[in-house]
Amino acid sequence: MSTDKSVESKSLDPAVRQMIAKAGGKGISTVWDRYEAMTPQCGFGDSGLCCRNCLQGPCRINPFGDEPKKGICGSSADVMVARWLDRAIAAGTAAHSGHAKHLAHTMMKMAKGKAPDYSIKDAAKLKSVAKRVGVSVEGRGDMEIAKDLAAAALADFAEKDTPVLWAATVVTEGRVKALSAIGAVPKGIDHEVSEIMHRTLYGVDADAVNLLLAGIRCGVADLAGCYMGTDLADILFGTPTPVVTKANMGTLKADMVNIAAHGHNPVLSEMIVAVADSMKKEAEAAGAKGINVVGICCTGNELLERHGIPSCTHSVSQEMALLTGALDAIVVDYQCIMPSLVNVAECMGSKIITTMDICKITGADHIEFTEETAAAKAKEAIRTAIEVFKKRKGRPVDIPDVQNNVVAGFSTESIVAALAKVDAKDPFKPLVDNIKNGNIRGVCLFAGCNNVKVQQDRNFKIMAEKLLKENVLVVATGCGAGALMRHGFMDPANVPALCGDGLKAVLTAIGEANGLGGPLPPVLHLGSCVDNSRAVAIVVALANYLGVDTDKLPVVASAAEAVSEKAVSIGVYAVAAGLPTHVGVMLPVLGSPAVTEILTDKVKGLTGGYFIVDLDPESSADKLLAAIDERRKGLGL
Amino acid sequence: MQEPKEIFVDTSRCTACKTCEIACAVAHSKGGNLYAALMESPAPKRRLYVEWVSPDKHVPVLCRQCEDAPCMHACISGAISRDERSVVVTDTDKCIGCWTCVMVCPFGVIGRHLETHKSYRCDRCPDRETPACVSSCPTKALIYRTAEEFSHGVRRGAASELVSGEGK
Repeated sequence: MSTDKSVESKSLDPAVRQMIAKAGGKGISTVWDRYEAMTPQCGFGDSGLCCRNCLQGPCRINPFGDEPKKGICGSSADVMVARWLDRAIAAGTAAHSGHAKHLAHTMMKMAKGKAPDYSIKDAAKLKSVAKRVGVSVEGRGDMEIAKDLAAAALADFAEKDTPVLWAATVVTEGRVKALSAIGAVPKGIDHEVSEIMHRTLYGVDADAVNLLLAGIRCGVADLAGCYMGTDLADILFGTPTPVVTKANMGTLKADMVNIAAHGHNPVLSEMIVAVADSMKKEAEAAGAKGINVVGICCTGNELLERHGIPSCTHSVSQEMALLTGALDAIVVDYQCIMPSLVNVAECMGSKIITTMDICKITGADHIEFTEETAAAKAKEAIRTAIEVFKKRKGRPVDIPDVQNNVVAGFSTESIVAALAKVDAKDPFKPLVDNIKNGNIRGVCLFAGCNNVKVQQDRNFKIMAEKLLKENVLVVATGCGAGALMRHGFMDPANVPALCGDGLKAVLTAIGEANGLGGPLPPVLHLGSCVDNSRAVAIVVALANYLGVDTDKLPVVASAAEAVSEKAVSIGVYAVAAGLPTHVGVMLPVLGSPAVTEILTDKVKGLTGGYFIVDLDPESSADKLLAAIDERRKGLGL
Repeated sequence: MQEPKEIFVDTSRCTACKTCEIACAVAHSKGGNLYAALMESPAPKRRLYVEWVSPDKHVPVLCRQCEDAPCMHACISGAISRDERSVVVTDTDKCIGCWTCVMVCPFGVIGRHLETHKSYRCDRCPDRETPACVSSCPTKALIYRTAEEFSHGVRRGAASELVSGEGK
């Protein structure tokens, strides 16, 4: 069994710590045990000097300059590292845009009357997005517009004469020029992914700079996928407005059927929420007080931002939710779902329900979800959870008594609306004035995951604490938002303790103008990982307001505990947008000093953005503050 | 005197992943971790070498710390001696870089450091309880035991082979 100290070293979250200790006592293997068994990890892989792209391999280049100095085909360390990075960007792009494509198909089916359980929840956003991408709206019905918008979205995937609309219409004009100048405007989202697979094939692109430029273009395609994902989800399920809810495992209820929605896409999880109320009687008949839907990871964020569904846990601690013994089922769609959940569920008498054809897990129950039969399938999943509850009823559970208040739901639209309460005619003025007068020193976006290599939440917590004290406005998405909400950073009551005086005054003024009787929360929750697009939208609006490009703004980003290849592609589009972008875990690129230098320095000359790789949260925060100050100086502030 | 431990190799377990080579170089870097080591100049050096024996055997080869070490006898400047751990060490102040030790080593595991102009080899990681290569090996192909412990394991294997043969 784990000692207290070793439990503490794994996570900062008190609920997670309790469950790690429980897992140790029950002999259940967790992500932390598997990590320990995996160490020390391979130095070739860790430095990016392992290539398996052809059947002559695997090739490894000696990172210390001894033989072998080149791959069998002759590729250098630089090429090997750049090829890997490109493929990671392509994988991240494929995932975000696959999510967006799924929403586009759903919208198309809805518009054609084939998906009766879906409807348009935000007609105003439908029209504004349609106008932005050139779909005519005058005198047309919503369904007609939706059909054309879905078609325009789907057209953005293939190579075509016009650039990807969800990229070209969402950035500043200056950015379009800057990206065009380096050939980084994507021609089609799928086209860019496919082209990366081609150019990284055996015997194609062997120029690290050329490879990295293609990587940037694919990263911009990833922005398109994310932006499209947010746009279409807002239209179909509603654009978030502020909601009050709770986070952490204390949101599970011993006497209710607990069902967690895990993964990323709201297409399925929205249906779970929609039908849950109608299933209450069935749950009661089984002896439960009702159905308690909670979220894990980004599908949880999607439900939280739109419906205030509580967030159970995030990322690296997903297994811990099952260890409570109170979670009857986890219904998953795709991305970031650890296959180990099935083993833990088996030990705890719970069920994992997979729903997507592309994401099946051996040992899980599979309920194939289609948009045509959405509500019926969602009910089937809930019924499975009710059956588990029947068996679980009366058994003791260990629900950690840990939960935090959360105010979330900060879409671009709801932020602008909140600012409009301060200045109705000129909503951005109060924000810009406060940036100019120094009440807000800059803006930092926290995104990405929890990585088992970092004590869970440590980097996010230390960095956010430092930045808030220094009056940096902090916004967050994905499991970065998850980490911060589980430590009270989204509870307005913590503003006095966490924020510097300038920031405190701004958050209070906006909160009071909106009738909250107090400040906005210290950190603004922008949504899921595709919703990093909301951060881009805010930055672009700010840049346009000031008449400068996005690379001039005192705005930085951090994926402080990144895991997924999606975090890599997001990082690349943040850099493409011109942001200094921190990564708090090592990227496997150090085997090529040239690629490392390009990413952390030379790319600045192309996009204005660059990567800051630093594993120490204290010095990382200092570097982000320095980057913010440099930008302020550039703007004459 | 307590019998010193040696690094033995179970060749049936080596997959030639070369994790030991990296761990060795990192253990002999200034920073002591991979990321710091990758940035160092001169680059840290590995002191063991995974060799391929066709068609499918791989053998990590490293200084055997020979009792009657040819390098120690051959060293013209008297730089090579045996320390209290029974490890053969080179006094880099005395080493004149004549490479005689390289010439006589039957295992080919003494390296020439191009930046410092000195020879280098396995030092059995004096600051670690278990040498870095042994700790790093994911398949446990490297074994750190006394010769007696190692032989005992081999004897037990041989004995069980013998008994299983009798039954046929």
